[in-house]
Amino acid sequence: MKTFEADVVIIGGGSAGMAAAIEVKNAGLDALIIERDYELGGILLQCIHVGFGLHEFGEELTGPQYAQKFINQVNELEIPYLLDTMVIEFTPDKTVYAVNNKEGLIKVESKAIILAMGCRERTRGAINIPGFRPAGIFTAGQAQRFVNMEGYLPGKSLVILGSGDIGMIMARRLTWEGCEVKAVIEINPYVSGLIRNQVQCLEDFNIPLILGYTVTKIHGKEKIRGVTISKVDTNFDRIVGSDRFIECDALLLSVGLIPENELTLKAGAKLSSNNGPIVDNNLESTIEGVFACGNVLQVHDLVDMVTAEAKRAGEFAIEYINQRYGKEIKREKQIKCVPGENVGYIKPDLVNVLDLSKEIMFTLRVKYPDRRIQIQFRDKENNQLVYKRNKVYVIPSEMVEIKLNLKENQIDPGCQHLIIDVVPRPEVLIEEE
Amino acid sequence: MIYDVIIIGGGVIGCCIARTLSKYDLKIALLEKEADISMGTTKANSGVVHAGYAADRQYIKRHLSIHGNKLYTQAYRELNFPFQRIGSFVVAVEDSQIKDLEDERKKGIQDGVPNLELIFDKKRIKHMEPSLTDDVVAVLHAPTAGLVSPYELTFALAENAAMNGVKFFRSHEVVKIKHTDYTFSVRTLRDEFKCRNLINAAGLYAANISKMLGLDYFDIMPRKGEYILFDRNAMHLNKILFPIPTVVSKGILVCPTLHGNTFVGPNAQNITDTEDTSTTEAGLKEILEGAKKLVPNLPLRASIRNFAGLRAVPNTHDFIIDNTDVYGFINVAGILSPGLTSCFAIAEKVEEFLELLGVVMKVKEDYNPIRPRPERFKDLSKKELDKKIQEDASWGKIICRCEVIPEKEILDAIHAPVGARTVDGVKFRCRPGMGRCAGGFCRPRVIEILSRELNLSYEEVTKKGEDTNYLICHTKDLLLNEINKGEEAE
Repeated sequence: MKTFEADVVIIGGGSAGMAAAIEVKNAGLDALIIERDYELGGILLQCIHVGFGLHEFGEELTGPQYAQKFINQVNELEIPYLLDTMVIEFTPDKTVYAVNNKEGLIKVESKAIILAMGCRERTRGAINIPGFRPAGIFTAGQAQRFVNMEGYLPGKSLVILGSGDIGMIMARRLTWEGCEVKAVIEINPYVSGLIRNQVQCLEDFNIPLILGYTVTKIHGKEKIRGVTISKVDTNFDRIVGSDRFIECDALLLSVGLIPENELTLKAGAKLSSNNGPIVDNNLESTIEGVFACGNVLQVHDLVDMVTAEAKRAGEFAIEYINQRYGKEIKREKQIKCVPGENVGYIKPDLVNVLDLSKEIMFTLRVKYPDRRIQIQFRDKENNQLVYKRNKVYVIPSEMVEIKLNLKENQIDPGCQHLIIDVVPRPEVLIEEE
Repeated sequence: MIYDVIIIGGGVIGCCIARTLSKYDLKIALLEKEADISMGTTKANSGVVHAGYAADRQYIKRHLSIHGNKLYTQAYRELNFPFQRIGSFVVAVEDSQIKDLEDERKKGIQDGVPNLELIFDKKRIKHMEPSLTDDVVAVLHAPTAGLVSPYELTFALAENAAMNGVKFFRSHEVVKIKHTDYTFSVRTLRDEFKCRNLINAAGLYAANISKMLGLDYFDIMPRKGEYILFDRNAMHLNKILFPIPTVVSKGILVCPTLHGNTFVGPNAQNITDTEDTSTTEAGLKEILEGAKKLVPNLPLRASIRNFAGLRAVPNTHDFIIDNTDVYGFINVAGILSPGLTSCFAIAEKVEEFLELLGVVMKVKEDYNPIRPRPERFKDLSKKELDKKIQEDASWGKIICRCEVIPEKEILDAIHAPVGARTVDGVKFRCRPGMGRCAGGFCRPRVIEILSRELNLSYEEVTKKGEDTNYLICHTKDLLLNEINKGEEAE
């Protein structure tokens, strides 16, 4: 067994992992990145379209270009990384076990761990589409890998279920390849990906977008030969008589992403309703010294947001090693952030009372689109409104970010639960942000 | 070449017969229509080894299943397939159902089902199975009932049979059989085989095979059962849970699997199309509703797959295991539940029939009943793992991250006797793609390994045989075709 040591082990060498590692290294600490693929970069490497880096670099880059900027920095800073290496376990005492085919079993002893494993796609099983189980059903990301990395096409005429970003981007990509994308089917009455992708990937190519429908049956025993789509009611139940058959030789699923937290769970950390680890305002999980960032914590809209979050996770890990590591410090009292009306989830899940005077970045996603709303942070104990912000609209595909200093907003020190609601704006007109 | 015995059908029954006969000095072949063995009814059923009390006394299947259950103990030792006697509960939720359970218990004990117990103590019941509904009034506990992975059992049987000389021919659909001069000529879509004795274990297609020899004395109808599978660790069950059975089936189960998943199902729908393994909206709803009666808190969000299997239902209401009027032709048909339980007992029956037919059954000196346990990453300690990787680097290359499967296990699955040829073949042998991501990450890698090991192009790698390729052509091929067409037109 080969043993390594590092101040911080970063699990995952994608956009989140690299940004966190760079932060750690720049502070003079030792970082080690463990990546399961044969190169750094993560999912960015198969995202050969442009649209990355506008926030981070002020220019429009492809996924591989964006990744390369970080790979270069990792190399310049001589941050060590293990490729083709799969972490099989980490423990609350920050020992990481991994395997690869060169060193065999690897043990890394560290002071802090940053989780940056990313997310995975929801599958057909997760949404229980009835019908046969033929060849020709792909998740959109899997199809993207086949087309962009392996150089093969999954089909000639395709239907895409779900209007997630990868699905819409693949609709355009496959159209460029000479394939016919018959339709993008979305169960919600609105698109689940970014509006810019709806415009640039579907509308510009006249690809039909069918809202309020879903695939209710898969046809073809050996190879898929078509799907039945049906209109759904507000409970997502099929409306009888609305069935339509669409012929196709492949079905792509773009029905959502789920943070990939098997290792996190195995180590004993707790997850919240979005399948990401429960974290406090330092992005620290329920295991001391284990931090999380990027899509393993919450699925982000843009890689630029992942990078920003990962940098913060890096900073928090540094702060932990410099100030708290090895010391017997009792966990301070924490305030629970509770998703209320029209809030799918909120991060962080916990706020340390000790940190109330710090600026905290809150991120949340709404459950359904709404207009002219107010985001409210309410102290459950005394039912006082701590903070409110108006927004013209909210949609599930756009994460809401709110930077907030709770002390400046006069939060009661006795607060134990902070309820976050997104509600119709009260009639009194307040200036919009 | 004339085989002593040909078996038609590579499901659990055909493979079990093949393995049982492989100890004798006989030339044996098995013909399977699909690209792999175990891909019909065998791969999509509940995987329950029943205690054996459920069928009526008048039926041979009752007696074969009680005996068959016992035969699992030795087979498990020899063949090393996943199997565990975790015990089953038949759950009564009304007082009126207790009498039936008591009858079952009495008859079962008389017929040799060990340790059947009727439990009324609700506290004890809930202690044994905390997930069970609060409505329970009594359970019939059968401790000898168990779980088996039916496809892994079948692969084990086939591997051991092949080790002992049985020849397997996959993608060989039988289309015609002639019987002249005590010899059968069996024509498949690809070849012709000759044999002295022919065993029909063709599952859903057994009646068609029988009719090829003019024996039209039974029919097989498909009865569909749908299932929903939940993710590993989404919940934990100690027991196999049955409701009170109905005339057509043992009802909708809530059941753990040996890999840590939980499934619910099956329902029972009589259909006509023997190829219709599609699931339906209504069916999935039905099984969830049924299952909730036993376990109210199902982890609905953790559902990872739905699938359907077809039972081969005979119009005779019982297994059809016959030395037929055509000399040397044995029907083994209509083997629905408890067929999996009975497979070893059924194979013994076939042995007897062959002896009656005068086949010389001499045990081979070099017969080896042991099929070694496939080495699994997840069974290895960290120390063992380290040693393995030093010996063979492919142990250290993880291909499937949900189930943690290294390349080595996939290579073993491909290069085993009767090894995997397809993506499904790999998946059912060693589980890449069985997990929650359903192959999202590992499929491209499994395709790459199959392509390399079997010398196939990417487009030739299939999910489950002919016409099920994943990829159609290289990128740019469609565009180039268009351009070429345009040029030709000019």
